[in-house]
Amino acid sequence: MRLLALALLRLAWFVPTLLGLLAVTFVISRVIPADPVALVAGETATPAQVEALRRQLGFDRPLPVQFVDYVARLARGDMGTSIFTRRPIVEDLAHRLPATIELTLAAMVVSVLVGIPLGVLSALWRNSLLDHALRVVTVSGLAIASFWLGIMLQLLFAMRLGWTPLNGRLQGFPPRPLTGFYLVDAAFTGDWPTLGGALWHLALPAATLAFPALATLVRFTRAGVLDVMQSNFVLYERAMGLPGFVIVWKYVLRSALTSTVTQIGLLFGILLAGAVVTEAVFDWPGIGTYAVNSILRSDYNAVMGFTVWAGAIFIVVNLLVDVAHTLVDPRERAT
Amino acid sequence: MTAGWFVLTRLARDRSALLGLVLIAALLGAALLAPVLSTHPDDVFELHPSERLQAPSRAHWLGTDRMGADVYSRLLFGARITILIGVIGVGASLLVGVPVGLVAGYYHGWLSDLLMRVSDVFLAVPQVVLAIAIAQTLGPSLPNVILALSATYWPWFARVVYAETRALQKEVFVESTVALGASPWRLTALHVLPNIASPIIVRASIGMGFTILTAAALGFLGLGPPPPTPEWGRTIAESREFLPDAWWYATAPGLAIFLTVMGFNLLGDGLRDVLDPRLRRSHRSRDD
Repeated sequence: MRLLALALLRLAWFVPTLLGLLAVTFVISRVIPADPVALVAGETATPAQVEALRRQLGFDRPLPVQFVDYVARLARGDMGTSIFTRRPIVEDLAHRLPATIELTLAAMVVSVLVGIPLGVLSALWRNSLLDHALRVVTVSGLAIASFWLGIMLQLLFAMRLGWTPLNGRLQGFPPRPLTGFYLVDAAFTGDWPTLGGALWHLALPAATLAFPALATLVRFTRAGVLDVMQSNFVLYERAMGLPGFVIVWKYVLRSALTSTVTQIGLLFGILLAGAVVTEAVFDWPGIGTYAVNSILRSDYNAVMGFTVWAGAIFIVVNLLVDVAHTLVDPRERAT
Repeated sequence: MTAGWFVLTRLARDRSALLGLVLIAALLGAALLAPVLSTHPDDVFELHPSERLQAPSRAHWLGTDRMGADVYSRLLFGARITILIGVIGVGASLLVGVPVGLVAGYYHGWLSDLLMRVSDVFLAVPQVVLAIAIAQTLGPSLPNVILALSATYWPWFARVVYAETRALQKEVFVESTVALGASPWRLTALHVLPNIASPIIVRASIGMGFTILTAAALGFLGLGPPPPTPEWGRTIAESREFLPDAWWYATAPGLAIFLTVMGFNLLGDGLRDVLDPRLRRSHRSRDD
């Protein structure tokens, strides 16, 4: 019962944080610009059109009233219309979200499956050749511009070697839409060639997006395992004559990886942000590419809509991680 | 002076921190001496259509770009923009974040709560997302990029300073200073700030790398300073349509970003080891 109360308390933080985010985007879109209506109307609008739009959008009212109205409209899912696609921005974003989530999850799977074992090995074989090589990887992962890494991978694997497709999500027709996730849809309809094609297209963008996350995970796992290896209980188990692999497998990993699991949750949010730039490089039809195209077309409402969505998703993910952490780690319950 | 010397000698013993220092020194050298070091200093603005997209050669060490300008020379002048963005961006974040953190840490009450909740909101959203929104609203230009970056980075300083200030308040020497009747100003300037300088310096070094990386991403997305500014991120965006043939055009600025950011990251890690033994990275000192 106490646990449930704690989880609910964490959930209760969601509303003020989200309101804070909306306040920030409100200030960015309504207070900072000299004339926000002109921005929304686009460069081609005449002064008369701008004035008409100002009344229509209610931008002639006091700012506090506008803010309440802004929050109320967003709560109804109304983010305005894109001046380019002429469709409600919410529809555009919802339509593109599965592509972004598919890419983000793929990158997360790659970074976890590769990063955690490498981190453990690098801690166990400290100062080995592998450990030194991995230190280079972790240092590079945090210093490389992901858009440049993506372009270099394209240059090598798609353009020179021709092993992978250059960009996009799939060649030809997408699988029958059930969920919007190509991999899931293709697998469910038994469309194996499409599944293969989708995986093939996913390879380079997922690798690009995964690299910084992988570096973080290797570093974090290594530090965690080393920390536990030097603790008293491991010394005790050694003294008791337990074989090395039993100590590592049964005791060290279990204790070291709890904190890594929290890290994984936080990575999802970071990956989601990195997806914006990665999608732009690979023409991946997700919300990141939508944001970048909207920037290029000065589609102001669409950029703000993207900001609200990306921010809200990030907040929700962090919240879920927090709640999960409270439920999993007994030490957290004490607070 | 002696403290600075102590830090420097300690850093010089740490191989990766030394590499970081060398990389940053190289960046500063490139930026300061750009007119001297560049082989074609006028190519930042001049066009040579007849020489466009030439491969690296003795005349053009890193080849030429779509305008026929020397990639190497533009890279050197780009280092100036990178440093400008990093220094002013992080400097402005410091100017906002440190006072906010000090005030929120010193006082207990609604003001402190409000300030920290506001910075929590900024920290709850990925920096690049908010920076995109701000840069888009303000329009693409160098000052606006810097503004967008510092408007989204100050909460990191505020949080560090807040946590450190709160921790210091429990120290006996701070209590006794208060008991002696020191004013908040005196306490902060003479006792609190010097004691929390280390984590701020470490955060600033890592923040330089982070800010430069985000600035390059904004430039790549078309939100950076407009052409013909030799900004590295934008240069990479421009080079894309000439791949795979003009490989040097995309490769060179990306490597420059990589080495710069790596320099600040390595220096940040090294500084943390020297200045803040509590946060020593994964038992390095025992490894090496």
